[in-house]
Amino acid sequence: MRSRARHTIGRPARKIAGFSAAALVRHGLGEATDWPRVWRAHELERSYDVVIVGGGIHGLAAAYYLASRHGITNVAVLEKGYLGGGGSGRNTAIARSNYLTPEGVAFYDRSLKLYENLSAELNFNIMFSQRGHMTLAHNDSSLRTMRWRAEVNKLQGIESEVIGPEEIKRLAPPIDVSADTRFPILGALYHPPGGIIRHDAVVWGYARGADRYGVQLHQQTEVLGIETSGGQVQKVRTSRGDIATKTVLNCTAGWSSLINDMVGVRAPITTSPLQAAVTEPVKPFLDAVVVSGSLHVYVSQTARGELVFGASVDPFAQYSMRGSLDFIEGLAGNVLTLMPGLSKMRLLRQWGGLCDMTPDYSPLMGTTDVDGFLVDIGWGTYGFKAGPVSGEQMAELIATGRTPALIEPFGIGRFLAGRLVGEKGAASVGH
Amino acid sequence: MMHLDCPWCGYRNVSEFGYLGELRERPDPATTTREEWRAYLYLRRNPAGRLEEGWYHRAGCRRYFEAVRDTTDNTVSETRPPTRHPDGHDEGEHATAGDLDVTSVSV
Repeated sequence: MRSRARHTIGRPARKIAGFSAAALVRHGLGEATDWPRVWRAHELERSYDVVIVGGGIHGLAAAYYLASRHGITNVAVLEKGYLGGGGSGRNTAIARSNYLTPEGVAFYDRSLKLYENLSAELNFNIMFSQRGHMTLAHNDSSLRTMRWRAEVNKLQGIESEVIGPEEIKRLAPPIDVSADTRFPILGALYHPPGGIIRHDAVVWGYARGADRYGVQLHQQTEVLGIETSGGQVQKVRTSRGDIATKTVLNCTAGWSSLINDMVGVRAPITTSPLQAAVTEPVKPFLDAVVVSGSLHVYVSQTARGELVFGASVDPFAQYSMRGSLDFIEGLAGNVLTLMPGLSKMRLLRQWGGLCDMTPDYSPLMGTTDVDGFLVDIGWGTYGFKAGPVSGEQMAELIATGRTPALIEPFGIGRFLAGRLVGEKGAASVGH
Repeated sequence: MMHLDCPWCGYRNVSEFGYLGELRERPDPATTTREEWRAYLYLRRNPAGRLEEGWYHRAGCRRYFEAVRDTTDNTVSETRPPTRHPDGHDEGEHATAGDLDVTSVSV
């Protein structure tokens, strides 16, 4: 496919119109019923240049960058439920780039840079609050990994340093840093540019941007099969009819194995839910995002004042997203070990989201053995923070036919070639 | 909490068990290629539905067994002693709860 525009950095080709202070005043003075729809509904066409399976942040970002950076607008995004109803609406909204491998650091840092500019680019406030991110170390081996990560990060120009208990207490006063807890805190990896983002706003912003460039977003449209001939994608069968296309991008999370099965692409993925929970809203008292691998928990306070708790993935593979009481029990115990002052807080709700785990805790991006079938999958517990960069890079791959250097290490073939990108020590709290 | 029916101990909380993942044939290390070995190590079917898998009764009898579970709703239709040795050969008549020597099995 020919790319019309040259690859540009963080600059929209044109402003995405519709939202402005003047519009707010104009609509506010009226009945406020005439706001334009954020995105439109369409009949399904008979063919598209590119079909993207999955209407989450990854699929919508890929569609947006295909249209805005490369002028490829005959694109359909197919979503079996509603936009952002999968992992994009179920994650804990944390963004950071203090990973362990040089490949991982470069990749996630590009995403952070795109996120920093995204509100302006999409003309939609994604509420990125760069409040700092702390990963606590409760033992010598974690502290050693933190030092290692800090050095890798600093070499690549990432703000990242190991801090001691006094500094931790100063940055996050509710944390118990005393020596007489079950898992005393020895230090933390502190990453000032990390923070939290309103995840739904990212979905809506990309959806709106893609729609304005002419991409068609199809909700309630389930992919039932993908037909190939001669090892090349030809057709996508959906619950609303068939589509002829030569390029399909699998951007699903949770169901990526099922889409891969349609064309016989094998991947090193097992699917497990990750459970999370949120408390009642209270006044702001916790600034930094706090993560503890030893206690399998991470905590942040949203702009609304709720505390969001995330954990590790459930211990066995499944496609069920049902929550469990023993999870809440364990989570509450761990949170109170970390912040005893929260004992009177009440939980509002809990939920689960599916995570496609890979053996090296890095994603799978790029082409496959089937011509025209590309993947952007295996996003485990780190898909939200990578949405912009994977969308940008996959769009470039589709437009130019060349795998960009930033995602080359993450190809699906790396497992059989024995070139893993080991991020387990930096990507999760489940070990 | 979800329960699993250990062939030796009966129904216990799932938190007592370790998960070993889907059953698969191990190629012979002496004759396999690197690619085959890595495919065995890493690739998974990951079905949404019926899955034959291995479990380990970590906080109980410390024995391995197999289960057939629906991954969409976690209903377990069957649990049984190991029918296959991890090396790939069939355990045959030894695959009964009483006399299987699971202490020699390493996973």
